[in-house]
Amino acid sequence: MNAKLKNLSQLKIGQSAIIDSFTDKNLALKLLEMGCTPGEIVKLDRVAPLGDPIAINISGYVLSLRKAEASTVLISLLAAKI
Amino acid sequence: MEANHSFVNFSDKTFLKVALVGNPNSGKSTLFNALTGLNQKTGNFPGVTVDKKSGTAKLSASVTAEIIDLPGTYSLYPKSLDERVAFEVLCNTDNRDFPDVTIIVADASNLKRNLFLVSQIIDLKMPVILVLNMMDLVEKEGDVIDAIRLSEKLGVKVVGVSARNKEGIEALKQAILQPLPVPQYDFIDLKILAPELIEKISDIVNVNSDFAAFQIISNFSEIQYFDKNPDKKEKIAAVLNASAIEGQQLQSLETVERYKVINRIVADCVTHKSAVKTESFSHKLDSILTHRIWGYTIFLIILFLIFQTIFFLAAYPMKWIETLFVVFSNIATVTLPPGELTNLIVNGILAGLSGVIVFVPQIALLFAFIAILEDTGYMARVSFIMDKLMRKFGLNGRSVIPLISGVACAIPAIMSSRTMSSWKERVITIMITPLISCSARLPVYTLLISLVVPANKSFGIFNYQGLILMCLYLVGFSAAMLTSLVMQRILKAREKSYFIMELPVYRSPQWRTVGLTIFDKVKSFLFDAGKIILAMSVILWYLSSHAPGDRLEIIEKKYETPEMVKTYSSEERKLKISSEQLESSFAGIIGKSLEPVIAPLGFDWKIGIALVTSFAAREVFVGTMATIYSAGNSDNTHTLREKMHSEVNPVTGLPQFSIAVGFSLLIFYAFAMQCMSTLAVVYRETKHWKWPVIQFLYMSALAYLSSFLVYHFLK
Repeated sequence: MNAKLKNLSQLKIGQSAIIDSFTDKNLALKLLEMGCTPGEIVKLDRVAPLGDPIAINISGYVLSLRKAEASTVLISLLAAKI
Repeated sequence: MEANHSFVNFSDKTFLKVALVGNPNSGKSTLFNALTGLNQKTGNFPGVTVDKKSGTAKLSASVTAEIIDLPGTYSLYPKSLDERVAFEVLCNTDNRDFPDVTIIVADASNLKRNLFLVSQIIDLKMPVILVLNMMDLVEKEGDVIDAIRLSEKLGVKVVGVSARNKEGIEALKQAILQPLPVPQYDFIDLKILAPELIEKISDIVNVNSDFAAFQIISNFSEIQYFDKNPDKKEKIAAVLNASAIEGQQLQSLETVERYKVINRIVADCVTHKSAVKTESFSHKLDSILTHRIWGYTIFLIILFLIFQTIFFLAAYPMKWIETLFVVFSNIATVTLPPGELTNLIVNGILAGLSGVIVFVPQIALLFAFIAILEDTGYMARVSFIMDKLMRKFGLNGRSVIPLISGVACAIPAIMSSRTMSSWKERVITIMITPLISCSARLPVYTLLISLVVPANKSFGIFNYQGLILMCLYLVGFSAAMLTSLVMQRILKAREKSYFIMELPVYRSPQWRTVGLTIFDKVKSFLFDAGKIILAMSVILWYLSSHAPGDRLEIIEKKYETPEMVKTYSSEERKLKISSEQLESSFAGIIGKSLEPVIAPLGFDWKIGIALVTSFAAREVFVGTMATIYSAGNSDNTHTLREKMHSEVNPVTGLPQFSIAVGFSLLIFYAFAMQCMSTLAVVYRETKHWKWPVIQFLYMSALAYLSSFLVYHFLK
């Protein structure tokens, strides 16, 4: 399982994954309250024109965050496309 | 979950305190506007720089409610200043704004995340009404929310509203007056998360819920309201130190637990019509508006439109206002008996008022744009596409709008920085915006450039004068960016800066919101900054029109002698009198005493006087120079230019306005904080004199050093 873990900044546009855990306690709290809880499905919606920040679909809305912030979110990829 | 509860009834009260809370973008402000209309006022929350918006609403013939619009927040954790306000008002029962009823506004089309804040407030066990806003969007998406079931599950009253269409507002008012259930159950069991501690804290502090105690445990270091009660504070600290509990860890656990319950409730109360969502309108629009070519093109066009509007369009109403005040002054001069009081009214107060009101068109027009950009959801996209670029300078994507508006005028520009949520980025934006060359510098630039740069010379197709003017704008912009870089390192962040931000769905703007935003901004400018500007203009007027002793009368008498009357025409005498009077006025004395300080920059006392008087507004420089050089009407700068051109430096015998002096003065005006109105607005926006003082000092120092270098390099 752990071998398959990636972080959210590595997702490709249109790709979905399941949130696993966080590596930064401060950011985790902010992300959790925004609905990014472990077990939720995230999808990379788009990337800003300059390559950063990114926008994700989570809990039925669009959330934007910087890549550095996204890299603190560990995810496991979904095998099939959802 | 058992939703047992007791009831409160407010129908026999005449005055109620109601707090409005909700996530950002939940339509909370729209609901606030719909409830209160024009009965709004902006005040302060004690001790913080967050504006407190409150208003009154008539709930029935006998009951009036004071409604406080708390800042938008996703949770009751006091991480940012905005969140701290919501936290203090709702979690501290001793707070003077602690409400009788709390209305939670939730975006129904985004129910899950909105229910998080709802669940926290339910656990505070206070009378609550949940407003499901944007029900029209839910229907459009084909989803159905079972409001009755939701109300049963949550144990609170639920009212469906469409604040934009003003639907459900009356029902909401009625709901407040009917018996309200007060939730008595625990949304999640907090005692499992912090066993024993909750009881121990509840023994020390009088709390009416486990969650209030839990909040004290997990946010103790952030809480300020115990400062007045050091005894309690010590006791709590002792309990917490003994337990070695970690606040963040607790909050993470709490959040996860809450979402578990919320997921169950949402699954129970919301039916999705179709499993596969069609690509939404917002998604399609984002493909264009955040596109790497179209996105920036459209943003540039919008910036261009804003700039054109506040630079050129606003010039018309500004001219009308000035003309109107000239008419008022004329009427006053004619009707009032001549004397000191009339002089004060006409040249001090009326002129000062004109100087305040003249900013209204620019403020109104800029905020019309900003309200539309905010209301439609576009502003979040500006942050999204500009973040990477602006971040390098310690700024925010949203800093772009204040900086561009600053080319027209720093006053509306600084007021527009309000849309930035990070305090540090906002302060940096406020501090650097006045370095951008504003329209008031243009007359000064034009006069000085025409004085020292030959008009007929050009570099290729570029006219020298035009090139220099462009360079001045670039110098201002570069100085702003460099200062930002420096400040980014010096300033300490008051809160952790995140970018984590919702991209709300696009909605059409509401003219009511736009109108109320303009009204609010103009009002707060006129009454908060306006009085400071007025007071300072009266002081400046006094300094430039009064002198110690009877010096002014002596000058007048001097020109009344038959010899003088013979030599000069009455027009010439008039000009000479005002020139000499200004020279001997208090402003003249200050200007002269400034000479040793500004001599290293190549400035004489005449420029010194103009520096003093142009503190009212930079363009006053031209008028003052015209008076000093007895050049008559300041609208016609031709004579002034001639006179300044032929001015000879008494020491060197060379022209006073040499290239070195001209450029030194140009650079000085590019950088110096020569604008009291800006300082007043900075005070209004930061709510502290510290920031305008720092701004004045750093800009003056920058101007002085740069002018010094330019003067000595070119001399």
